[in-house]
Amino acid sequence: MAEPKDGCVSPAKGPIPPEAEESAPMQNQTQKGVSKVIARVGKPAPDFEASAFIDGGFQNIKLSDYSGQWVVLCFYPGDFTFV
Amino acid sequence: MLSASTDSRFTHKIWQEEELSKMIDGGVPFPMLSDAGGKIGAVYGVYDEDAGVDIRGRFLIDPDGVIRAMEVLTPEVGRNVAELIRQVKAFQHVKATGEVTPSGWQPGKPTLKPGPALAGKVWKEWKPENAF
Repeated sequence: MAEPKDGCVSPAKGPIPPEAEESAPMQNQTQKGVSKVIARVGKPAPDFEASAFIDGGFQNIKLSDYSGQWVVLCFYPGDFTFV
Repeated sequence: MLSASTDSRFTHKIWQEEELSKMIDGGVPFPMLSDAGGKIGAVYGVYDEDAGVDIRGRFLIDPDGVIRAMEVLTPEVGRNVAELIRQVKAFQHVKATGEVTPSGWQPGKPTLKPGPALAGKVWKEWKPENAF
């Protein structure tokens, strides 16, 4: 993984469609901007790229960077919320 | 461990510095991801379009990239880390041994070996009090 940098990071891609879908862009064009829920137990976790704050710096991180490790991915409503 | 909210990475930085570092020495040690716009949350089924935020959702992903467990709660109730750790241990045990872990399993408690010999005989191996 790249060293954390304090400079600007390039915009993160967000969800990364599986390669099968990527190779058929025409089919997918009308779907642009519409995100379908694809996370299900027993199925591959949808890959994504997101900008992140880590070790005091900013860095783009992909879920697939952690292939080979157990990963806990936690979503939460917002920083500075109470629970 | 990866955390994600719709906040920007800049907000994560300030939260880490102003609050989290006062709860945990040095702050949280994992990447804090920005899911601005909720596109990642939408794919995982946890993006609330009305509120514009990702609701509380936790996904356990194995080394092959397969989702093994998920837990989604409305925002007002927090998670139980002990149960998450139990699930990690159970899935790791299953992967290593091929045994399965019945309800209430904790490390050290009996497991089950699935197969024809066990069919109809689970009652001999597992009692309801084992669920707790």
